[in-house]
Amino acid sequence: MGLKERINAANAEAFRRIVAADPVLVDVAPASEVIPGMRDRLILHSGPPVTWDRMCGAQRGAAIGMCLFEGWAADPVEAEQMLRSGEISLEPNHHHSSVGPMAGTISSNMWVWVVENKAFGNRAFCRQVESFQQFGDHSSSAIAQLARWRDVWGPALRAAVRKMGGIPLKQLVARALLMGDEMHNRVVASSSLFANAVAPVLVDCGLPKEQVVDTLYYAGNHPFLFLGISMAAAKASVDPARGVEASTVVTAMARNGTDFGIQVSGLDGEWFTAPAPRVEGLLLPGWKEEDAGLDMGDSAITETVGWGGFVIGGAPGILNFTGGTAEQALAFSREMRSISVGRSPDYLIPALNFEGSAVGIDIRKVVQTNTLPVIDTAIAHKEPGHGIIGGGIVRPPLECFTKALTRFGERSSEWSEGPLSGRTATSIPSS
Amino acid sequence: MSVLLEDLFQIAPVFLNVGAAVFGDSLREAGYEVVYVDWSPPAGGDARIADLLDDLL
Amino acid sequence: MVRRTVIRKNRYFDSVFLMRVARRIASQQGMSDASAVLATEANRKVLIGMGYGDDGHDPDFAVAGPNDLVIALEGEEAAVDAIAANVDSYLSQGSETSSGTGRSLPRPRSISEAMERRPDCSLAVISVPGKYASREARTAIKKGLHVFLFSSNVSVDDERSLKTEARQRGLIVMGPDCGTAYLGGAGIGFANAVRRGPVGIVGSTGTGMQEFASLVHQAGSGISSGLGTGSRDVSDAIGGISTLMGIDALEADPATKVIAVVSKPPGTAFTATLAERLGRCTKPVVLCLLGAVPDSWRIHDPEGSRGKPKLRWAFTIDEAVASALEAAGASEPAFLRSDERVMRERAAIEIGKMRPEQRHLRGLFAGGTLCYQAQAVFLRSGLLVHSNEPLRGMPELPDPDESRESSFVDMGAETFVQGRPHPMIDASLRRKRLEREGKDPTVAVILLDFILGAVSSPDPVGDMLDAIRNIQDEARGRRGHLCVVASVCGTDEDKQGLESQKAALAGAGVLVFPSGAQAASFCREAAQMLAHRKETADVGPA
Repeated sequence: MGLKERINAANAEAFRRIVAADPVLVDVAPASEVIPGMRDRLILHSGPPVTWDRMCGAQRGAAIGMCLFEGWAADPVEAEQMLRSGEISLEPNHHHSSVGPMAGTISSNMWVWVVENKAFGNRAFCRQVESFQQFGDHSSSAIAQLARWRDVWGPALRAAVRKMGGIPLKQLVARALLMGDEMHNRVVASSSLFANAVAPVLVDCGLPKEQVVDTLYYAGNHPFLFLGISMAAAKASVDPARGVEASTVVTAMARNGTDFGIQVSGLDGEWFTAPAPRVEGLLLPGWKEEDAGLDMGDSAITETVGWGGFVIGGAPGILNFTGGTAEQALAFSREMRSISVGRSPDYLIPALNFEGSAVGIDIRKVVQTNTLPVIDTAIAHKEPGHGIIGGGIVRPPLECFTKALTRFGERSSEWSEGPLSGRTATSIPSS
Repeated sequence: MSVLLEDLFQIAPVFLNVGAAVFGDSLREAGYEVVYVDWSPPAGGDARIADLLDDLL
Repeated sequence: MVRRTVIRKNRYFDSVFLMRVARRIASQQGMSDASAVLATEANRKVLIGMGYGDDGHDPDFAVAGPNDLVIALEGEEAAVDAIAANVDSYLSQGSETSSGTGRSLPRPRSISEAMERRPDCSLAVISVPGKYASREARTAIKKGLHVFLFSSNVSVDDERSLKTEARQRGLIVMGPDCGTAYLGGAGIGFANAVRRGPVGIVGSTGTGMQEFASLVHQAGSGISSGLGTGSRDVSDAIGGISTLMGIDALEADPATKVIAVVSKPPGTAFTATLAERLGRCTKPVVLCLLGAVPDSWRIHDPEGSRGKPKLRWAFTIDEAVASALEAAGASEPAFLRSDERVMRERAAIEIGKMRPEQRHLRGLFAGGTLCYQAQAVFLRSGLLVHSNEPLRGMPELPDPDESRESSFVDMGAETFVQGRPHPMIDASLRRKRLEREGKDPTVAVILLDFILGAVSSPDPVGDMLDAIRNIQDEARGRRGHLCVVASVCGTDEDKQGLESQKAALAGAGVLVFPSGAQAASFCREAAQMLAHRKETADVGPA
């Protein structure tokens, strides 16, 4: 078998693993209980590895928020000192089978969604989505929201999900895509479907009435509730495709507001980074272009499995992110086929005549056609201390893909002979 | 499967236009079938990467 | 008639979508009914009521639940088997209307992607910048496509390897630097609208093929096929790979009665190869190798010495057209016959209006072959002109931007088109040059060509007309007379309209000739007269 055939076969295998995924929400739990390698004085963050001195303002603000939330520091000044001195460790979520929206910070007492990929047995984790601390706001009201998630909503949802024996997500996501969701910035339908599913069980869990009512309000009125679940589901779905030898399929796209990084199946454990780009988009009232931070968050894991920008043509509710025309949004989704290995048999786009979403980004095709993945995303402030300021569309720097391809070329002699030997199912945290 | 040159003498080819659209447009206006490639320099114009792509894709 | 269920565990599809899938399955040959539903309790009951899964032969159906998809099939056993083996394709097909035509899709971004969608493509027309051209052409060849490669700046090594690889696959590479081809009635690149007919062309020169084909059309005949080879194909470095493939194909083509080879002079080694190949060609061949010497060819055509020659030599494209028409059994059209006496009379009238210092000719060509042919016409009479693309024996212009004495400038040469459209498309550079030449009081005659056709400017004459009038006015202002001579390459079926273009030129006082060769011949007569006048003037008043 020639190298090209070998790569094609490896990519077919990576694609097969991604579309065979069967994600089920099995638990909601404190990070310390479930995330491999989680420990005290460790903050996980979004994107590729980054040190405090290079960390962007919003992510710094979020890290300060975590120190306050965990009670490691009494005030932001002390928190910043601890972070600067290295007293607090910083590691990427992706090194711990985890993902987080925007700054994406996770620490021991942060509760996370736990999604198990029943087809392969691996698990992935994502923190809850909110509009303040994850954007860098470390005010007391922002921290209070995290505490309510930890003390009230998280435990209540845990009880319900466990009592249900888990919630299969494949059907729920497929249905939500038909209802105008794209699983990244538009998760209104899936959030409602989820709230509807847990509501009767939640009532029946024997929890205090105030906690049940509070949680039902939370789950029933949070337009981004499901994003944390869809991110965990995407992460759980794509992780088995890591480490397929000779595969050029992307297994992660993640940003930390400083760098954009991608990971590639056949180059597992390595990051290929370039400066994070500016997001083209719309800002909330009162904010200006110069306030905006650069692209940030692990949420592009949704695009990595063929959701988000890859199915934005089916999400009329967020057309304004893409310039306001359905035609442009559909063009994005069609364009993504040029750079993908195949189409999902499960996740269909009605607006594209029920054709499956494009799955399995092939770095070769990205470079060949200069077609970069389309990611729809939120925008954070460039300085610490603010909530969400807008949203829009971003594409990764081509440099991430040319670097990965160059590295692939260097290693390709290793794969010129012999059978495929991708690692087995469960995700293996790298480095 | 490629078409014999002699066969193209009888029935005009289905054209694949790569580059300036004017060539494809003139054929299309004359009633022939043209498929357009929306071409841009591979690898953003990096020859070294383009060479590598030839080995890998 | 059999009934069977196929289960796909843990899948979700919209019920309306599934109804359409079921209808499509049911409409297949040999099928009488089909259902596609999630195995909810209610749906299971319905299916059992229809006779599915009741005999214990469907163990999967027995355990299917609400998260599982059931496809229930009823029909002839073979049909049911076929569908059952292929159920997933019905689920992933999308709607047939969209995937069928591909019209709703964005344009493919690469040749490979295009070929996945449209494997019926058979010829790639490639015009990307030179440094990317080899790569795209190689991909096209690997995908089984013949190649029309307009791009220039491709290395000789790349050209040879592309053509060699293509030949191994039975594919032709026309180019690099190929301007024109005719296949199956379609004019590719810079081509004129010509009718189909008995004359086949192999050409290394784009405008040469255009001029040839247009004149054949004007004479009432037509072109079977025309294969461009690129200007370097006939060099010894390439060895005429595409030229030979073209000759083979035209020889085998029943529609082709005569083959015309229109080219710059081949390399020494390839001359022998080509002569040998043409010597055993079973069809009449017309050879127009602009600037080459015919003597070495006679020996390869022993028939040529007696009776009807198989190999007909042509000094100009006009002669090539006349020979080809004769070989095809048509008569030579009158417009191709130039009367030198009439030309001399006209030249005398023009020169009579000029001032004594007006001595030089300036040719500004859009068509490189027409520039070459004009030089050949001059050289044959022993007249020298400077050129940026000199024929062997002609002096080279040291600076293409500066004419000297009498000069013929190919405005489509590499130096003029880098990063700029060809003068056939964009006249601005040639117009500026014309205005500059017109300010030179020593200039007596300006020679221009105008190339019509699909890709050319919508009004090639109109692009230049103001400038022509201006320089004529300026010359009159100097109490002189500027003689502007032109030919128009094209046909009555070209979008620009041959007659209206000619009429516009004539209206501006331009002397319009039916062909580039005749325009050049007129200039040759004028040049000889000017040279003679100069001699007499020199000995005159002094």
